[in-house]
This record gives sequence, structure tokens and C-alpha cells, in this order.
Amino acid sequence: MEKVKKINIDGLSVQVKNGQTILDAARSVNIHIPTLCHHDDLCIAGNCRVCVVEVKGKKGLVASCAMPTEEGMEITTNSLMVRNARKQIIELLLSEHDSRCTLCYKNGKCELQSLAAEYKITGDSFIDLVPFKNYQIDKLSPSVIKDDSKCIRCQRCVRTCNELQQVGALSMAYKGGETKISTFVESPLYEVVCTQCGQCINRCPTGALTEKNYLDPVWEAIFDHSKHVVVQTAPAVRVALGEELGIPSGEVVTGKMVAALQRLGFDSVMDTDFTADLTIMEEGTELLGRLEKVLKGGDNDVKLPLATSCSPGWVKFMEHLYPDFIDHMSTCKSPQQMFGALAKTYYAQKRNIDPKDIVSVSIMPCTAKKFEADRPEMRSSGYKDVDFVLTTRELAIMIRQAGIDFNSLEESDFDTLMGESTGAAVIFGATGGVMEAALRTVYELVTGREVPFDRLDILPVRGMDGIREAEVKIEGVLPEYDYLEGVTLKTAIAHGLVNARKLMEMIKKEGAMYHFIEIMACPGGCLGGGGQPLPTSKKIRDKRARAIYAEDAGKPIRKSHENPEIKQIYEEFLHEPLGEMSHKLLHTKYRERIKF
Amino acid sequence: MENIKEIVDNLSEKHGQSPESLLPILQGIVNKRHYISEDAIREVARVLNISTAKVFGTASFYSFLDIKPRGKYVIRLCKTITCNMHGSHMIRSTIENMLKIKLGDTTLNKKFTLLETNCLGWCHKGPAMLVNDKSYTELTPEKIRAILTAYLNDEIEE
Amino acid sequence: MAGKKLKKVDLIFNQECLTKEYLKRTLDRDADELLAELIDSGLRGRGGAGFPTAMKWKMARQAAGDEKYVICNADEGEPGTFKDREILEKVACKVFDGMALCARVIGAKKGFVYLRGEYKFLLEQLEKDLDIFHKNLRDIGFNFHVGIFLGSGAYICGEETALFESMEGKRGEPRNKPPYPTLLGYRNKPTVINNVETLVSALMVTQIGAAEFKKLGTADSSGSKLFSVSGDTPRPGIYELELGMKLSQFVEEFGDGDTKAVQVGGAAGFCVPRKRFDETVIGFEGVPTGGSMMIFNSSRSMFNVIKNYLDFFSEESCGQCTPCRVGCQQLLLGIDAVKRGEKDPAYIDSMLKLTQTMKMTSKCGLGQSVANSFASIAQNFREEMIY
Repeated sequence: MEKVKKINIDGLSVQVKNGQTILDAARSVNIHIPTLCHHDDLCIAGNCRVCVVEVKGKKGLVASCAMPTEEGMEITTNSLMVRNARKQIIELLLSEHDSRCTLCYKNGKCELQSLAAEYKITGDSFIDLVPFKNYQIDKLSPSVIKDDSKCIRCQRCVRTCNELQQVGALSMAYKGGETKISTFVESPLYEVVCTQCGQCINRCPTGALTEKNYLDPVWEAIFDHSKHVVVQTAPAVRVALGEELGIPSGEVVTGKMVAALQRLGFDSVMDTDFTADLTIMEEGTELLGRLEKVLKGGDNDVKLPLATSCSPGWVKFMEHLYPDFIDHMSTCKSPQQMFGALAKTYYAQKRNIDPKDIVSVSIMPCTAKKFEADRPEMRSSGYKDVDFVLTTRELAIMIRQAGIDFNSLEESDFDTLMGESTGAAVIFGATGGVMEAALRTVYELVTGREVPFDRLDILPVRGMDGIREAEVKIEGVLPEYDYLEGVTLKTAIAHGLVNARKLMEMIKKEGAMYHFIEIMACPGGCLGGGGQPLPTSKKIRDKRARAIYAEDAGKPIRKSHENPEIKQIYEEFLHEPLGEMSHKLLHTKYRERIKF
Repeated sequence: MENIKEIVDNLSEKHGQSPESLLPILQGIVNKRHYISEDAIREVARVLNISTAKVFGTASFYSFLDIKPRGKYVIRLCKTITCNMHGSHMIRSTIENMLKIKLGDTTLNKKFTLLETNCLGWCHKGPAMLVNDKSYTELTPEKIRAILTAYLNDEIEE
Repeated sequence: MAGKKLKKVDLIFNQECLTKEYLKRTLDRDADELLAELIDSGLRGRGGAGFPTAMKWKMARQAAGDEKYVICNADEGEPGTFKDREILEKVACKVFDGMALCARVIGAKKGFVYLRGEYKFLLEQLEKDLDIFHKNLRDIGFNFHVGIFLGSGAYICGEETALFESMEGKRGEPRNKPPYPTLLGYRNKPTVINNVETLVSALMVTQIGAAEFKKLGTADSSGSKLFSVSGDTPRPGIYELELGMKLSQFVEEFGDGDTKAVQVGGAAGFCVPRKRFDETVIGFEGVPTGGSMMIFNSSRSMFNVIKNYLDFFSEESCGQCTPCRVGCQQLLLGIDAVKRGEKDPAYIDSMLKLTQTMKMTSKCGLGQSVANSFASIAQNFREEMIY
């Protein structure tokens, strides 16, 4: 029986459980205490001191985010002492901050700005410290911009990078007045072990960490009538875009999203989900090929487990820290990059457009996709396959800039050729989705029957546990897959780089325990990506996941191989999975990067 | 002469490879090389299997874990008020004039670096300074000249 | 408190190291009985914070678990404090024996001395002393091992939780309290962390008895304490004095006849002006101190004094929490701005308000203490801040 305690907050009697902080208790009765360094996804910091409250009997003020509740505690969250202190804390933060909000990318979406507005901070109570600082701005990486002049040293990014993602690109450095958040010897993010996953951006309360935006070049392309601008949209975008435009989280807005993109002036609006289905065809075939070589021939050069490769944050993570794993990676490009290559070849041919006039844009929940598009090998079409990557947040900005009332848009459909997709494709946006999609196709390919799961919902691969395992027994195979008869296909799914690392260490230690693994860099999978609307929390990610699976359940076609446009592209262009054309356009290589 | 990898490997053999080993290893590097270079940080990260950012962030916190190149003899002059009251300014100018460097600088021959530091715990015998790990108190311009000359001739055993 | 003259004692340095046999007898005593003696003595921490020593040991004793630690905080860094160095130089054996005593009471098998990097020159001798200590323990069959951990130049590591962070290979950023070290300390295990002098004093209590200890000092501040005296004094040095003396008595003994102010407790302490010497008691009931006493005569500029402290704090702040990190910088620039006439003298009051915020909201004692010296100097020597 968990011990229950009674405390008093602002005159209200509140029951609290063991281990709850004052902040937890206040939230449970809808008393709002402002915070900055606190984040539900991260460990307690207690450094910003914004959340201070009065506790009877205790000296001074205490940080409500860090102070555990005790029986009989009497707390005041809004006394004169608290208000004065809080105001001064905000003013102190502003004094070491470049407070020209009107010129800041986070204008209107900054937690410090909101606090300052709430407390009606007016004049300069303190001396402006900014001229004394040598603040740097790092704009060198394709995905992340780090602007030290906006940093409030809340350490959310450091905790994210070290605990949540365990990449360790960021750290606190120096001390005293020189304290800052830094990389190894203050190098640009581009030069250190940074996966560009953008989780730091997702948790930064101010404009210190933002995505590098490509709004201007995309607008330019749209208004350049000599250019044919093609846009693709990732699965996870459609369940989150609404959050930026006044729609509660967990609502699917595909139709309106397509309509908005058409209104913005894109010449063709197609779907990354199409190439997600394509990825399943290619990767499924790849998996079967490897299984055949290992199970039949005992080929030691072929590596198992096969690992998915559609998460560029995971790919970069692997290249830096586990380069020995390169041979395990699927050679398939991500759906984004497959689409880009096809847009300037297949699509261009079919629509009779000169590929040099095509500008290929993608809308992604991801910041690492910007890095991925810049990878030198992503030019199989003969041009840069994906010219610009916009995050979900940037699309919302474009929609607002264009004066579009998103809510009142009439739903529209994707254009054909590369716009048709299945339920298997949309679940790519959730952790476990790629695995489930692959199993639906591979199992049927091998046995001629549907996967033995009710309504094709392979529940064991779903959920938010960091690492999940699932097994599927394969029986009654078609003759050409006799090597799989009776084989229990062992799979694992990990999301969030801390779990990717755990899984990698497990495999390093124990050898190949699985045949096929899916790894996503971001917590929750792409739906929790570094480019998604803010704020982020487990609750919000859960809602987005539910929306994705609901969308899948409602689709008429739920298996990638049944997508008619997929059948068409193989018939008319690619001919066969892993064929010559596929190899040229849809597959890629990886490389080792620095480890330290 | 040992290379940095050998130095770090030896230090990790002596102090272990746990989190608690980080500071002793960094101190050992400063002992040998007078500062912690980028390469040294990489080696420490490799040996302890932690990120270079973490090693850098920790080293940069501590005033005695220099991450900027320093001379063979690092002079740390106490700048606390009591040493001031006993003439640390004059000691500072004496050193600056004698070595032809300003606070924060290293001599061209890389022999001396002049830094300021906080209370050394010799307040009743100020002005005080450290030269590497050795402490010198009740300093006068004459004493400074004698001490620095001895170091210049590498006469002091460390 | 007898008479006008200061009572000097010589308990800490005078008495010899314990013999092996005496140590064994001490460690063989019932733990609860040892605790009771300490409680009775009223001994409070000698590092500046003044926490009742016995209470700390009791809480650690009661904490569950086999892995417990005794840590000696030898990160003496408070400006004007140099007594711990002398203790470590002259009677290190008593520090170690004090640690063994603590280990006996709380059930620890391992201990550490966190020695500030600036005292590295003590290391060789300390290691020799430690060898003798370990040999004695082996001979009497007491399982306790002490290691020395060297600091690297960070005043904040004198704060107990920052010290643990440093030992664990991290930046010395203080932790949130609660939880307190006696429950979750070094490596998140129950830990007693005591100042060098506290450990020696605790040992002393078991040697001379609580009653004898209480004969010195006052009801709230029992016993004697080491004071580090420096500045404008004809007799700088370390003196063991009774607690509870009046500052006027101290100045009479140690001043140079022209004393304007005494900084009690280092930069983190209070600057007491001449007019308040008679009403100020040096002890836990008045102005507590880790022992640092810096004396300023009328030739000194109190503006320079406060500037020196603020420069110190803004450099040594760990930088973690807003009020301290930014507040210290603001104060340092602010006093210059007022002095140069760029800011109105009324800005001093704004700065006083800021130090109050720092006192109430800073995460650890460093930020919380800035108000002490700032307020005492700004209020008592206001003209020196302006002209």
C-alpha cells in the first residue's frame, strides 16, 4: 500500500504520493507554477529557480520541481516574496540574453518570452550583460543552429543529449560567468559526434537551438515559374501538423495538409508513404536474400541481423559509434531519399519534365533528414535528389505566412504516380511501424497467407517500451522459401538512441540474437522527431501514435505489396526489387565517422 | 618521450577506468604536459568510453586543469584581498617586468605562464603564489627575482 | 565567558597523536555511547555551516546499507581561511583518527580526504602519515581505509554535494537538497562529510569528555575553535580561541589600533563595522564563521574589498543556477557603474534587493551568502561605494 500524505498548497488540501515533488502536487490540482529547466522527459535539474515557492518553516524559497513533498507541508505558490523573486529571476535571465525577440526565430514560441510577458517585465532593471559576452552562433550544420546568445543554461539540451539520447555531443563548460553549453572544444556541431536528431531542439525553451530553416529557398522555388516543385510528406507529419495550427494533438489532418500544400503553390503534392511502401518491397526482398544466404548456404559474409536504415539520426549514430555494424545495415535508402531519386527520374520521365527544372522538397518530422539530403551520395538521379527538407514546424510557418486558414480547408488528395499508399506505410511514423509493415509483406510473400495476427495488427511490435522483441513462427512456406520452414523469425525494435545503444551493446556482446531489427533515433519513432511541433511529451507522442494506428486501420489497403502504384512502378520502371534500376536509385552506402 | 596515448594508457592503468578516475587522470596529464590538449581529451574519452564533450566540459570547470597550453612553470599569484593588502600588485609587476609577459600570457620560450588564482590559504604570509605545485609566501620583489631565476635555470626539483 | 581578555587554548595542536592502544580503546567503545558524548558536547561543524556534528553522524548511522563513507572536507578555499592546512601539516593523525571514529559510529569501511589542489604540496607527507594510520588500524583490527582525492582548483567543491560530484568525475555543480548526504551522498550512499577541524574536535571530545569541552565557549557555541587571522594585524596567524567572544575583544587583541572593519567568515561572511564590534558575538548565536577573520584598518577602501569578493564569487560560482551565475556578474558590474557615476547611487538599493533574491533562491550556499558581505558593506560603508 503506497503511503499517501496530505499537504496544503495555497490553502488547498492535496493528497500526494511518495516521491512526488511540490510541482507534481501542484499540477495534480491544476495550480500552475512556471518552470523553465523542468521537462517531463528529463531528470530533475533545479537550476533555473523560476519555480521557487514558499514553504512554511523553510528558510528562503525552495525549487518546487526538486523539493519532495512531506506530510503536513504548507506551501504558498504566489506570495509577495515569491513574485518578487520570480520577477528578478526572469529579469536576470533577460540580462544575459539577446532579448530582441522581434528578430528571433522563436518569436512567439519562446518559453522565456512567455514568462516575461506573463510577469509584465518592462524596463531594464539590470545591466545588459550581452555586450560583455563573446556569444557565438553555430550555423554550420545542415540541421541544427546553436545560438549561444539565447541560451538560458537550463541544461535541457545537455540532459537530452546525454540521458535521453546518450550521444553526448553537448555538455556544460567552464564556470562562473563564463558558463556555457558547449561541444568538444567549442567545435561546430557538424564536426563532433552529433547525430543531428534535433531532440535538443525539441526541448530547448528558447531560440538557442533551432532547426536550420529553408523557407526562403523553397518560397523562391515555388514562385519561380521555370521550376517544377515537387513535395513529399512523411507519415508522421500528418498526425502532428494540426498541433501548430490550432488543432489538438492526435488528429489526422492529411487531407487539409495536401490542400494547404497545393494552395501554397507546389506543382505536385505526393506522398513519402508511397516510397515507404517501396522501401518495404526492397528491404523485404533484401531480408529474404540474406536469410537465404545464411540459412541455406551458411554464408558468413552476409550479416544478420539486418537493420533498418530509414532513420538518418540512427544511421549517423551507427557510423560514428558502431561502424562495425555497417554490413548489417540495409542498403535501402530512406523513403525520403528514394522519393527524391525517383522524382527526378521516374516522375520526370512520366510527366515529361526536364529533371534539371525539378526542385524536390520534403516535409519531414525530422531534422536529421536535412543532413541526409545533403549527403554527397544522395545524387543518384544525377542531381541533388532532395533539394530542401522542411520540418513540420516550417510547413506550419509557410501556411501561416500564406494567410491560409488551415481549419477551413477542404480536404484534398495526393497527386498520382507517387501519391498512393497503404496502412503499412503510414505506420512508419511510429516506432515498430517499419517492422510491422515489413512483416505483413514478407510473411505473405513467403507463405502466401496473411500474417497470423488479428486484423493484421501485429501488437507485439507496438508500444513505447524502449526495446521490444517479437517473434513470428514461419510455417507452411511456399516451395521457393523452403529454407524458412519452421524458422522463428526473431525481431527487435528500439527507439531513442539510448535504446539503440543498449541494443547495439547487447548484440555486440551476445552476437546475432535477431534476424531483423528496427531502430529509430527519436523517442516514439518519427512521430517524436526533432522537427515536430513543440512542446513534446509522452502524452502527446502517445496521442500521435494512436492517430497513426487508427489511420492504418482505416485504410482500404494495408499491405505494401498491394499498393497499385507500387505494382505500376515495378512493372514500368524498376522491373524488380534489388534489380539494376533499384540498385542505382534506391540503395546507398555508409561510411565510418569519428568516434571521439 | 611518451606520446599522449601512452601517457593516458598508463594513467588509466594507475587510476582505473571508472567515472571516479576522470579527475586523477586529467591531473596526471597536466602533471606531464602542463595542459590538456584536444588529443589528450580524445584519448581520455576513448579510454573511459565517455564523450569528448563530457571530458572537455569537466576539465574546463577546474581552474587547475588547463585546457590552454601553458609553460613549463605555471605561476599562480593569489589575488585575494589580504594578499593585495600586502602588496601583490607589486609582485605582479615585478614578475611581468622580469618575464616580459602580462597576466594570462606564456613566455616565448614556453618556460613561464603567469596567472592569477583565488585564496591559496597563506593569508597571514601574503603575498603568496604557487609555481606549479610549490607554494611561495611572504614574497618581495627580491625574492621573486631569486625564485624565478632559479626556475629559469631549471634548478628547482619538482 | 570569563573576563575581558580572550581565552586562548591549545587543544588542537598541543596534544599528541593518539597511541594505537588509545585509539583501539576509543573505537571499542559503544557507538551509541560515543554518539551520546558528542551530542552532550554540543559540537557543531567547524567549517562554517555549523551543523550539529552528532546529529549528522546519527543520521548516517541510522541510514540503511553496508556501503557508507566518511569524507574529510579539506577543500579549504574561503578567503582568509588557512587553519585546515596547518592541521593537516601538523596533526594529520588526528584527522585520520577522527575519521576512524566517525566510521566506527556510522558503520563505514571507506573514507576519503578531499584535498584541495592548492595544497598538493602536503600530499607526500600526508601519504606517509596515512601509511602509519593504516598500519595502526591493521594492528588493532579495525577495517577502515582512507584514500586521498585531490581537487583541481574550484572553491565550490567545498560545498558538500559539489564535492561528491567532483569525486565522481563530474563538474562540481551542487545537487538539490533534500536528499541530504547522510542518506544519499558520495555515490548516492550514506555519507558523513565533515570539515578537517570538526573531525579533530570530535576526536578531542572523546578524549577530554563532553563536560570539559563545554567548559569553553557558550551554551550555543560550546568549545574552542581555530581562527585564521590576517590583514591589518600585528599578529597574523592561527589561534585557537574560545567561541562566543565579543568581536571587540578580538579586535583589542589582534587589531592594529585603527581597525575599521572585520570580515568574519571570509567573503561569504559578514563585514562588521567598528560601531558594531561590541554587540557582535563570534559564535553560532551571533556571527558564525569557519574561522576566517580578516582585519581592515582605516586606510583600506571597502569598495576594493567588496569588489574583490564579488570578483571571487563570479569566478567561482559553478554557473548552474540563475540567481548566482547572473547575480554575481550583475553585482560586480553594478558597483563599478555606481562608482563611475554611470548608475545612480539608488542603484545600490536595487543591488541590495538582488542579493536578497540571491539569498532566497540560490541553489547552494555560495549564491545564498553573497548577500552577507554585500549588505554589510553596502549598508555600513555606503559612501565608499559611491565616492
